[in-house]
Amino acid sequence: MPAIVAEGLTKRFGDFVAVDNVSFEVPEKQFFGLLGPNGAGKTTTIRMLTGVLRPEEGKVFIMGVDMDRDPLKAKSSLGVIPEVGNVYPDLTARENLEMFGRFYGLTRRTRSERAAALLEELGLGGREDEPIKRFSKGMKQRVSIGCAIIHEPKLIFLDEPTEGLDVHSRRMIVDKVKRMNKAGSTVVLTTHNIEEANQLCDRVCIVNRGNVVALDTPSNLRSTFEGARSVEVLFDRPVECSEFSDQCITRVEEKGNKMRFYTSDPDEAIRKVMKVRGEKGLTILELNTLAPSLEDVFVKLTEAPQ
Amino acid sequence: MNLSIVARGVSSVAIKDIKVYYKKAPVFIFGLILPTFLFFAFFMGRNLDLRTYYPGFLAMSLFFTASSVGPLITPWEKQTGTFERLLTLPVSIPVIIMGDTLAGAGFGLIISGLVFAFGLFITPFEIGLLSLLTLPLLFALGNLCFAALGVLLSSPAGPVPANIMMLSSLVRFPLIFISGVFVPLSEMSGAFLGVTMLSPLTYLVDGFNQALGNEGVIPMAIDLLVLLSFTIAFLLAANHVLKRKALKGL
Ligand SMILES: Nc1ncnc2c1ncn2[C@@H]1O[C@H](COP(=O)(O)OP(=O)(O)O)[C@@H](O)[C@H]1O
Ligand SMILES: [Mg+2]
Repeated sequence: MPAIVAEGLTKRFGDFVAVDNVSFEVPEKQFFGLLGPNGAGKTTTIRMLTGVLRPEEGKVFIMGVDMDRDPLKAKSSLGVIPEVGNVYPDLTARENLEMFGRFYGLTRRTRSERAAALLEELGLGGREDEPIKRFSKGMKQRVSIGCAIIHEPKLIFLDEPTEGLDVHSRRMIVDKVKRMNKAGSTVVLTTHNIEEANQLCDRVCIVNRGNVVALDTPSNLRSTFEGARSVEVLFDRPVECSEFSDQCITRVEEKGNKMRFYTSDPDEAIRKVMKVRGEKGLTILELNTLAPSLEDVFVKLTEAPQ
Repeated sequence: MNLSIVARGVSSVAIKDIKVYYKKAPVFIFGLILPTFLFFAFFMGRNLDLRTYYPGFLAMSLFFTASSVGPLITPWEKQTGTFERLLTLPVSIPVIIMGDTLAGAGFGLIISGLVFAFGLFITPFEIGLLSLLTLPLLFALGNLCFAALGVLLSSPAGPVPANIMMLSSLVRFPLIFISGVFVPLSEMSGAFLGVTMLSPLTYLVDGFNQALGNEGVIPMAIDLLVLLSFTIAFLLAANHVLKRKALKGL
């Protein structure tokens, strides 16, 4: 049974279609990424998946439970960090975690044990009993993730959880989520940070303007763009791009003395580069072959015609 | 239905409200300081007969305290960004409304209980056997009813608590003038009496009057029934509005 089934989700705001007939399944234990530029409809999709917003059309199943039919049961197996989901600033870190635990039906004893262990693990040991309002953004977000996982959910949603955080907090949150995934939890992460999606996700769904434009593993997404492989060369002085016109080179980009040659055949491209080097008496200071990055894929897919 | 998840949700919401919102300044101002101030404005130097007017005053303080927590919660949650978070927890809009209402009623019950206890010292009421039964019912229904009213007032809220505090004052203040607090019901007539019958507070005032040994105008059973009906109507209305406005300002 898939952890999540989204079937034809659609949401309009007035005439504007924020999410347009989006469907996908997430198998259990997968680290799933929703990647897209700002305004793509990621948050709206997550809101429908987590029962905050009712889709106008389409259905959501969480662990086989229909979100519309039995929202309380469906929501019981989730842990969610919404994009704007804060914790209670007047309460302490410990009080926040224990309060969320109560909502999920944990006993008093379990609540207090797990809260203490999680706060320690999230690097908040010693600060447990201070009101959250004195915390930095990163510390608040660590409390927030603690609140989302105190009931050890099988399914975790995180909507841009590392946006605007300090490196230390970001690392702590990412590591904790990775560990939970290793231990068997399904994770859904939305981000507009390609590197993050690339590093963390088993499968990435790229959305743009409310539509799914690609859905695959990061490496498969890259290999569908093999034509976008490139060779990067640093010369000792500037050269005219036109010197390199050749069948095997599809495009040349120039950044000062550094040139990037897009090609489907790096071997041929390097031969051409060496030929020009010989003719012009150039010196090569650096040479790299680059696989297409997920970023190339992303840009290609999301800059599609208006 | 998951009755146990519903019950857990309602109590968790209520406990959350108690921990977070009982300490907020507007709750104190509108729930405690205002009734105290009104008490002095009411009785000081006016030579009013405590016995005649105390039940009305008790009803009024219950009304203000019970309805002071509700208007705060939703706009405050939206402002601090916790409301969306709440919606992702295993709760639904009706569960949130019931939890908020319980929290409001709890606050009203504590304060009106204190006012009542204080009243026992200054005025010797005749509390008959029947009153031992009707008084707890009046306290319970009155607090639930006006807490639900407070929750209803906050249901169209965006993320600006001040707007809702304004709206709730606009609704709550006029209500005390058309509820038989200042002018006994028995002395009213005509159109004014008609308007008074529309206010839920009227029935609590009348109920307290009877329970504390004064003359009533409406039969006690009707008082209780009307309070119950208003409570249900407020809860349904709050549910209806909040379902539509839940995402306003998120
Ligand atoms: N409550 C709302 N009312 C009107 N428009 C909205 C609302 N929520 C989102 N939108 C619009 O829907 C689009 C998708 O938003 P969102 O899902 O937040 O995108 P993302 O999370 O990918 O940045 C945006 O253009 C946004 O302006
Ligand atoms: Mg977003």
